[in-house]
Amino acid sequence: MTLEELRSLREKGEKAMAKRENAGKDIQVIVGMGTSGIAAGAKQVVDCFLDLLDQKGIHNVLVSQTGAMGLGVEPTVEVTAPGMPATVYEKVDKAVVEAIIDQHIIGKKQVSDHVVRPAEK
Amino acid sequence: MALRNYVLVCGGSGCESSHSDQIYQALVEECKAQGISDSVQVIKTGCFGFCAQGPIVKILPEDAFYVNVKPSDAKELVSEHLVKGREVKRLLYDKSQSSHVGSEDIQFYQKQFRIVLRNCGFIDPENIEEYIARDGYKALEKVLFDMTPEDVINEMKISGLRGRGGAGFPTWMKWNFSKAAVGDVKYVVCNADEGDPGAYMDRSTIEGDPHSVLEAMTICGHTIGAHQGYIYIRAEYPLAVHRLEVAMEQSHKYGLLGKDILGSGFDFDIEIRLGAGAFVCGEETALLQSIMGKRGMPQPRPPFPATKGLWGKPTVINNVETWANVPVIITKGGEWFSKIGTEDSHGTKVFALTGKIANSGLVEVPMGTTLRDIIFDIGGGIPDGKKFKGVQTGGPSGGVITAEHLDAGIDFGTLQKLGSIMGSGGMIVMNEDDCMVDVAKFYLNFSIDESCGKCAPCRIGGRSLYNLMEKITNGAGTMEDLDTIKQIGEAMRRGSLCALGQTTPNPVLSTMATFADEYKEHIVDKKCRAGKCKKLITYEIISEKCIGCNACSRHCPVGAITGGVREKHVINPAVCIRCGACRQSCKFGAIIVK
Repeated sequence: MTLEELRSLREKGEKAMAKRENAGKDIQVIVGMGTSGIAAGAKQVVDCFLDLLDQKGIHNVLVSQTGAMGLGVEPTVEVTAPGMPATVYEKVDKAVVEAIIDQHIIGKKQVSDHVVRPAEK
Repeated sequence: MALRNYVLVCGGSGCESSHSDQIYQALVEECKAQGISDSVQVIKTGCFGFCAQGPIVKILPEDAFYVNVKPSDAKELVSEHLVKGREVKRLLYDKSQSSHVGSEDIQFYQKQFRIVLRNCGFIDPENIEEYIARDGYKALEKVLFDMTPEDVINEMKISGLRGRGGAGFPTWMKWNFSKAAVGDVKYVVCNADEGDPGAYMDRSTIEGDPHSVLEAMTICGHTIGAHQGYIYIRAEYPLAVHRLEVAMEQSHKYGLLGKDILGSGFDFDIEIRLGAGAFVCGEETALLQSIMGKRGMPQPRPPFPATKGLWGKPTVINNVETWANVPVIITKGGEWFSKIGTEDSHGTKVFALTGKIANSGLVEVPMGTTLRDIIFDIGGGIPDGKKFKGVQTGGPSGGVITAEHLDAGIDFGTLQKLGSIMGSGGMIVMNEDDCMVDVAKFYLNFSIDESCGKCAPCRIGGRSLYNLMEKITNGAGTMEDLDTIKQIGEAMRRGSLCALGQTTPNPVLSTMATFADEYKEHIVDKKCRAGKCKKLITYEIISEKCIGCNACSRHCPVGAITGGVREKHVINPAVCIRCGACRQSCKFGAIIVK
């Protein structure tokens, strides 16, 4: 192996390894994965997030899963980002994932059509 | 498909013996069966350090820390956590928390700082690409192409790294001596002959991150002008040997070991030498003899190995933990390293925490961390509400540190001041149930067993010391014996050929100084307060508490207890072998030790 090969191998590996690491990831995307969530396509939503974030070169987002959230119409996704209120989105599909990434994560603006509004107290 | 989850399974020797390999296999199978093997990566890593809770499985990115996992739990972990995103609470470390507790929040990890164990429990040690991805071989790159050997020595000097094998000799000086020594052939040796009772940091480092040692040895080879390295490791560490072999094979394949490394024109290769497990072979001159195929016996120094070592050639010999520090020092700089720790000792130290402690395991802390932090915060204190009595550091060559010194920040200097040594970093915690005379006798027995017998002070002195200790624990000791012990100990310190003999009296002399009253009790009052020295204790049944259930007499292996059902029982001291089986079997606390 040459020096260049080692360096490119490291660069490639670093990216893969960074996904394993949580340090420095200040934005969190949590996908509700209850049985009904999965039936409604929650798995595809997770994959969609991972693929799109990768494509767009965004590395500070932690995509994790949780059980059913019990609110909104599934699939549901909660997004927490610094300086923004924790937001739950409902009826998330591929297009909504893209909108969340572009508007919420990059643009720091909620995707208003899909926000679950908490019931009035 | 993108990976959603990473499952890290501990593949250290401790967890492997609790079936972590089967857990790994079962997780892989289950992921396949439940159709998610495309989106989940199961990785067998090195030791997580938290051995008391093993086997450990950590799932990322949720950072769920599962403990005491069994192969049969794999199905639930996959179907619940990985498929449905629900943490399996009954297996989490902190079951009481309803909200999420990440592994960094666990107190065991809070005060730790990992340099040597940087990759342990994170990467797959059998995959060189994972090591490379974590800045692996970056230091070698720097050394081969951007630094002169003088620069490397200078960086090591600035770092202030001292040998982690025990003596704490400045590493850069060894390298410098060998570099300056004239000779066409030079050698680099890794001392992986870890032998202190209770110490396993070197084994875990190799098991969890073998490439860090290979990279460091190659760096040293380039610096001093050596082309051959040897790793001397004991055959009783089969997993570590296997991981080294895999690592070396991969390094060769990737051109990071062998001829013309990375096209730099520099050749370096490493061979493994298996030791048969003699403790004295951890002593550098004995180790070198063993590598050369001779009997493992220490040689007088000087000449030091740095100038005249293997086959009379200049040889740098460092311990595993020392090596593992080197790549980080080169990549991050000596100055970065020198800011960690204390004035006297820079960097971190890995300790193997064992004995009467809640969280036994491997901990890496900056030098200067107090014993209280290590034992009570990281270690979780003494279990069963017992009281801390002392901690043995430095194995059979060290001494015992008592409660009054718990707030001392530990480094090479303070440990020496407290009458002990750093040694390789074993820490055995003792509570009120431990008899210090008995503990000292145990270590003494270990050392005389391992003495090679070459020099008289060690061979004869050790045996004489042991006989005196035996006399004291049998209740036949006199106060004069203590003076004799001191005299013999002093003579051994001055007259023995190597560190084994010189330090054999340490546990005895150290406990005599710190626990003088316990020695006096054994000699004058003929009593052992911990109830360990069998000749000095008697078991008795308190007749008011005895209900005559027969449990004790049924458990007594020698029939020393008489008394029928619902009758008061009595122990015959002439027959009793003081095994304590009766006391353990009594549900009413009617049996006491006097």
